[in-house]
This record gives sequence, C-alpha cells and structure tokens, in this order.
Amino acid sequence: MSDPAGWLPVRDLLGIDVFDVDEEAHIAIDPAICATCTTKPCLLVCPAQLYALGPDGEMTFDHAGCLECGTCRVVCAAGGIVRWRYPRGTYGVAYRRG
Amino acid sequence: MSADENSGTGGDDGIDVIVVGAGPAGIACAYRLVRAGRSVVLLERGSTAGSKNVSGGRLYSYALELVEAGLTRQAPWERAVVREQLMFLDADRSMTLSLAGTPVPDGGLPASVTVLRAEFDEWFAGRAEAAGVLLATGIRVDSLLEENGRIVGIWAGGEQMRAGTVVAADGVNSFLAREAGLVGEQSASTVGLGVKETIALDAVTIENRFSVAPGEGAATLMVGCTHGGRGGGFLYTNRDSISLGLVASPEQIPASGLGIHTMLQNLKAHPGIRPLIEGGRTVEYSAHLVREDGWRGVPKRLAREGFLVIGEAAGFVLNLGYTVRGMDLALLSGLAAADAILAGGDLEPAYRAALDRCGLSATMKAGAGYADLLHVQRLYGAYPGLALDVAESLFTVGSRPPRRLPHQVRAAMRGNQVRLRSLLRDGVVAMRSL
Repeated sequence: MSDPAGWLPVRDLLGIDVFDVDEEAHIAIDPAICATCTTKPCLLVCPAQLYALGPDGEMTFDHAGCLECGTCRVVCAAGGIVRWRYPRGTYGVAYRRG
Repeated sequence: MSADENSGTGGDDGIDVIVVGAGPAGIACAYRLVRAGRSVVLLERGSTAGSKNVSGGRLYSYALELVEAGLTRQAPWERAVVREQLMFLDADRSMTLSLAGTPVPDGGLPASVTVLRAEFDEWFAGRAEAAGVLLATGIRVDSLLEENGRIVGIWAGGEQMRAGTVVAADGVNSFLAREAGLVGEQSASTVGLGVKETIALDAVTIENRFSVAPGEGAATLMVGCTHGGRGGGFLYTNRDSISLGLVASPEQIPASGLGIHTMLQNLKAHPGIRPLIEGGRTVEYSAHLVREDGWRGVPKRLAREGFLVIGEAAGFVLNLGYTVRGMDLALLSGLAAADAILAGGDLEPAYRAALDRCGLSATMKAGAGYADLLHVQRLYGAYPGLALDVAESLFTVGSRPPRRLPHQVRAAMRGNQVRLRSLLRDGVVAMRSL
C-alpha cells in the first residue's frame, strides 16, 4: 500500500484491530423480521459493515469484527435484532489505543 | 464503620461496593471509596482496564486533580493542548480558526491533555488497585441481583456477588441502569455515532504540521464533514499519532446514502485534512456511541436502594459544538457517587447534593441550550458553505472592481440556499443557546 493513511476499506481497518472472537454470537438477528424493515439503517450505520443483504435480499450479520458501539441496537426500528449484549468477558474487540 | 444500609458491609461476600466498568467514572468512584476505607470490587469486561474504552479524546486536567492533587503529572497523557482549532469544511475547501492561547507558565498544569484510553485507563485502574481496589478484569456482569426491591449485588457468569451498593459505570449502553429501571431505551435522535482512526505519525512531523512545540498539541473540531447530517469531525494530536474521527447522527446518516465508514474515509481524503495525515499509518479503527441529549438525557432518578449510576451511563456527556466533554464529567460523577455512598443515608438526595456541590449539575444545565442550536440543520452543510463562500470572495482578486461585502454575502446566501428569514431565526436560537 503506497498510502496507508489514505482510503482504507473496512476489511483492512478491521484487519488492523485486535479481536478475540467468541464462538457464541453476542448479537443475533431474525432475518424474517428484518425482511419487514423498509429502512434498514443498520446497513449504513454499522462502522464495521457487519450487516449485509444476501443474494436473495435477506439480512445477514457476522458478529466477528463488531466494535461493540451499540449503534445498531439504537437504530433498529423493526426489532430484527433479537439479542444484543456485550461479548463474554475478555472476548470481542481489544483496543490497544482507544 | 456503621452497619448503615448503604455504607455498611453489604452481604456474605464482605464487599461494601461493586463498581461495574473500569472507565474514568468507575475508577474514580472506586478509588475514592477505597481511600475512605471501604472494600471495593471493580469489575471490567475487557481483559484489561481500558481495552473496551474509546474517546476522542481530550481530558480536562481539573477533574483529575479533584480525584487527587498532582495526579495529572503522573498520568500517561499524550500532549498538552495549547492550540484550539475550529475548521469549516465543504466538499473540497476548508477554513481554520486557530487559537494559540495564553501559554502555560513553566511548571504550570495544562488545562487539557490528549489521551489514549487503553493506556490511560489501565494506568488509572492500576492506581486504584495499588490503593486497595480489587480489580477483576475479563468479567462481564450479566444482571443485577435484587431482593425485596433493593439491589444487593450482581450476576456474572452464573455466579452472584453481593455488596452493600452496586455502582453502574458500564458506559453509554448501560444495561444495568436500564435493568434497574432508571433509564429508558436510547433513541437514534439523542446519540451520535463516533468513529475514529488512530494514525501513527512521528512526533516531529506532528509538531511541524500543527505548529506546536514538543509535548504540546492541538485539538481541532470540524463542521461540514458529515454530508449535511448532524455531526462533526475531530482531530487530536497524540505523542506520535493523530486521532482523527467524526461523530454523526445515526438518525441522519442513512439520508446521505453513505455509510459512516465512507464518511470517515472521505474526511481523510479531504484536501484540508489529507496533508495533515500524509505519510501516517493507521494503527486502530474504533467506534463509540456518544450521548447528545445533555442535561435532558440525565435520568430523573440516578439511584435506587443499593444502586447508583454514573458517567456516560448516567448521560454525563456534553457536546457544545466547539468542544466535547465526557471524561471530566465522568470523573466528577464518580467522585460524587462515592461521596453519596460515604454519607451513608439515602443515595438519591446525597448523590444529587454531591453533583450540585462539585458543579456538575450546573455545568450540564448550562450546556442544555446547545442541544437546540446543534439541531439547526443548516449548521452542518449550508452554513459552512456560506462561510467558505464569503471568505473566498473576500480573497478573490481579479481585473474587475471588487463588489461590496454585503452584496457578496447575499450572493453567498443565495448560493447556499440560505434565506434571510431562516438566518435570523437560527440567530435567535444561537443567542438563546449561547
């Protein structure tokens, strides 16, 4: 990379961060509920872009890479996020600067 | 020690107070309590204190001095802020107002310093630990333990821990304060989403680019970089890195059609920002929700029998547009909560009284009007554009005679679709707020 401070895709940024991913997902969604959501703000607000639409338009979510900010929980309008808690102790993102 | 309900030994576990969350609020509270002779357990879900904590971040030293005189000198801060900057941006232009204030006298204490929380919080928690606080990291508190309407402890990993008082310092998403019924659900209109890149850059380059001496640094807030939505950017200089980020309303981000990540990348690429970070290397990407409802967001009740809420969990964050305060208010609320517990009576009145005494209530109330000002939508797109147009027209020289300033202002208003009526109306809001 010639310009590391330049435009960085999310994937690269998350690759810089340190995670200890819990096999137990701390956030769970119900794609059937998400299907009824007309706005889907989670797609744009999640800083780690962990919410995405699958090939058939169904909502997918990957808890690895979660920065634990809580924004998706606050914006979720239709209630598709059926569980949101912090990862178990020691798991999740480990900020080294903060 | 008396066997008083709040100050006495709480239960079978012989713990007076459990503090949940090792941020500035929780650590300050635990530290004061332990120095007053209480037995205190400080629980933190991260594997180290600070490993889950994110801020801009600038810390005002007065609050640290209230925890203990002389603490600022010992703390691992990054740079003393000697330069305050406001930056107005549009798509490709920028205008910076830069204040190099009265120099700190030799041996004097800087009013504010930049910090990186992983290091700072770990150091602060270490201080508390050395004073006798039992710091237990890697423990997520799952819920409160309640008996007969009184909070008597916590549940973590299927085990319970009892104490005389539980202090919730579990941050902006405070699940404990919600479980206790003190705060309701957060709304997307009352929070900002903060994202940040920490960009490594050598110290001399930072000092040259920001016109500061070794050990000194700049704090910059920006407006006009959130694609018309409510919010703004920030840039803080650390010892050998730069904290660059933005805070944007999650309610308004979708309207821009851009993700928060793209907004930050666009800011990095802006001609006014790019030269400042050129040659740097991003070493961390972080995110954090920021309360933006000021005093209105502070719950009507901050305590229950055996339970108190402090710091960002209690809404003690203040966004004034030109400066953002969180960590100093967190420290103050932690100290106030400790005083309330030590007083030994009813927690709510004692806590309120302590918050009044340290000036935190008044500080939050004084900032209350800013919420109205910060909801003026034109602040985030039209007005930065207007200011840039007027400034640019002032400095534009050509063969034609210059037009008079009022004419240029009117032209700039038209260009930015700002009508005189709305300008006046926003001016009234600003006057009331300021």
